Amino acid sequence: METTVVKSNFKSEEYFINMGPQHPATHGVLRLLLTIDGEIIKRVEPDLGYIHRSIEKMCERDSYQQIVHLTDRMDYLSSHINNEAVCLTVENALQLEMPERVKVIRTILSELTRIASHTLWWGVMGMDVGALTTYFYGFRDRELINDIFEETCGARLTMNYNIPGGLMFDIHPNFVKRTKDFITHFKTKLPEYDTLLTGNVIFQKRTKGVGILTKEDAISFGASGPVGRASGYSCDVRKHHPYSAYDRVTFNEALKTEGDTFARYQVRIQEMWESISIIEQLIDNIPEGDVQVATNAVIKLPKGEYYQKVETARGELGVYVISTGTKNPYRVKFRSPGFSNLSLLNHIAVGGKIGDLVASMATLDLVIPDIDR
Amino acid sequence: MNISLNITETIQEWLIGMMPEGAASIVAMVAVALIYLIIFAVAGLYLVLLERRVAAWFQLRIGPNRVGPLGLLQTMADALKLVSKELTGTIKADKFLYNLAPYFVIVSSLMALAVFPFTKEFQAFDINIGIFFLIAISSVGVIGILLGGWSSNNKFALIGAMRSGVQTISYELSVGLSLLTMVVITGSLQLSEIVEVQKQGWLILQGHVPAIIAFMVYMIAGTAETNRAPFDMVEAESELGAGFHTEYSGMKFAYFFLAEFINMFIIAAVATTVFFGAWLSPFGITESIPWLGAFWFLGKTLVLVFLMMWFRWTFPRLRVDQLLTLEWKYLLPINLVNLVIMAIIVWLNLTIKF
Repeated sequence: METTVVKSNFKSEEYFINMGPQHPATHGVLRLLLTIDGEIIKRVEPDLGYIHRSIEKMCERDSYQQIVHLTDRMDYLSSHINNEAVCLTVENALQLEMPERVKVIRTILSELTRIASHTLWWGVMGMDVGALTTYFYGFRDRELINDIFEETCGARLTMNYNIPGGLMFDIHPNFVKRTKDFITHFKTKLPEYDTLLTGNVIFQKRTKGVGILTKEDAISFGASGPVGRASGYSCDVRKHHPYSAYDRVTFNEALKTEGDTFARYQVRIQEMWESISIIEQLIDNIPEGDVQVATNAVIKLPKGEYYQKVETARGELGVYVISTGTKNPYRVKFRSPGFSNLSLLNHIAVGGKIGDLVASMATLDLVIPDIDR
Repeated sequence: MNISLNITETIQEWLIGMMPEGAASIVAMVAVALIYLIIFAVAGLYLVLLERRVAAWFQLRIGPNRVGPLGLLQTMADALKLVSKELTGTIKADKFLYNLAPYFVIVSSLMALAVFPFTKEFQAFDINIGIFFLIAISSVGVIGILLGGWSSNNKFALIGAMRSGVQTISYELSVGLSLLTMVVITGSLQLSEIVEVQKQGWLILQGHVPAIIAFMVYMIAGTAETNRAPFDMVEAESELGAGFHTEYSGMKFAYFFLAEFINMFIIAAVATTVFFGAWLSPFGITESIPWLGAFWFLGKTLVLVFLMMWFRWTFPRLRVDQLLTLEWKYLLPINLVNLVIMAIIVWLNLTIKF
């Protein structure tokens, strides 16, 4: 996109509009205070707090088993991975070694969650740039994953399948078959995504060179996940600090250097292929064994501070727990990927049009409850 | 050239036996206007239904199929709901303009329908500047959109309205020029005469290469003029909420909504008339049955309407500056060159005639 600025004596007036809290492009109750000059954006100021539920404070009240359930309600599109983060924190603090079966099942479900989240993102991304049909294509494939989840643990979205010490119960006998069926199905459908949207000239014009984020900025804003990787910042927690079964699978970290909206788009499409490959490596040989390690009914973490990070579909989720040795944590802090990714919105959107803001925001893949907690 | 009697005159002649000539003219005009209003209010509703079914088909859904057989009464029910809804508005709106805006839009689109030759007989208003009339009338609609956006005291609506002004004024040039390219062949602006010329072959065949280019430019510009995706900057759901009609509700909103669909029909109908021989059947296979002309006219129009729906449900939306780049840097120069080429072809008598 080449922007030519015509120098003239004409003075235009800046004005202010409220984008949100009820607005189709903000995907929830995010309020953006926009200062606009005609169509050109001068300043974007996110205003948060519309869906704040004090989850971190509530964690101080609850036992560790109960905290897991609250994390579903943060980033509801990667609820399984959120649960896993808390469980891993507790398990590491108690120095529990998980059975192999638990690790593999957790990893498979995490990757399914990632695919589900990315298919939804893809549908919504298309909708944000005006192609409404993508929404239904994305949801078609996401439904199949949700069906697998439903059969596995009874819930489609807020799963709570992880508990500190393993899994709530064993997988359903159909799980392996259905997952394989899904992978076969999805491998034929993912190229369809490219035909419908990626290759479209209008789409490429809308996204290429829009909302550029350099590697330096990505690091200084604390960007993570696909947003950071599209700027060439290698930040995949699964690669650099493997947890669960990620140390035994081979996969490529999707990296791009352009840092624009199209690069962020491509990184997510690439990640779906990598997730398929990870699931394929694990699904055929899920080890036999227990799905739980016995823990005390009341879990008390030893006195100290604990930090565990995982890679959700949006980026790096960190769980920071301070324990005083009682059954409740003294303080819990979640480092949510959405919050840091939102902070760079002003940086990448200024100077673009309203349409550019919407396209950039779509590739940040914001989930508002994750930002507000 | 012998121009056939059109529908207004037929009714008028029948009435003259019963009343004085002046009264007969007025009664005939009112009767025809009512017929057109009813037909196109219903046609507009069914275009909405068609759009929803087509969209559902593209989107792996079924679409409305519950109200009435095959969902045929769905949009009727929707219209009833809209009629019974409260008309809301913003407090500081400019009430007069705010209320006036929907009528500009709907009246201008209904007026354009008058000139179409649905069959040889069924044409309300066979004016000798038909094409000019169509282009002129279709530009009136944008006033309604501008007024609606301006007067509703909403910044999103205002941005939508300003975008609409820019877009419609730009793309009108392309619509006009591509139609003018075809007028070079026919040598007449009168729609019935344009159809007459096409008895020697539809204009898209007569004018071959430049005609096909003109048709493509016309379809792109026409889609832009109706403010439909991929050119729906005016409503740009993910950017502006509902754009210029954000503050309208009930029947006033329905007018805007219906006008969009009737405009789509008009764009397709103009293309049918100018490029695809209006009511003429292919190779004259049903020439002996004149009323089948309506079937051919509507059939061709619906194919083009389907084409526009296909665009809408497949393509992402352009950005506002790309939209203007497309018009001023590509379509307009192509159009001007095309017009010259067409003139040369007609001058050298290189058109294909059967």
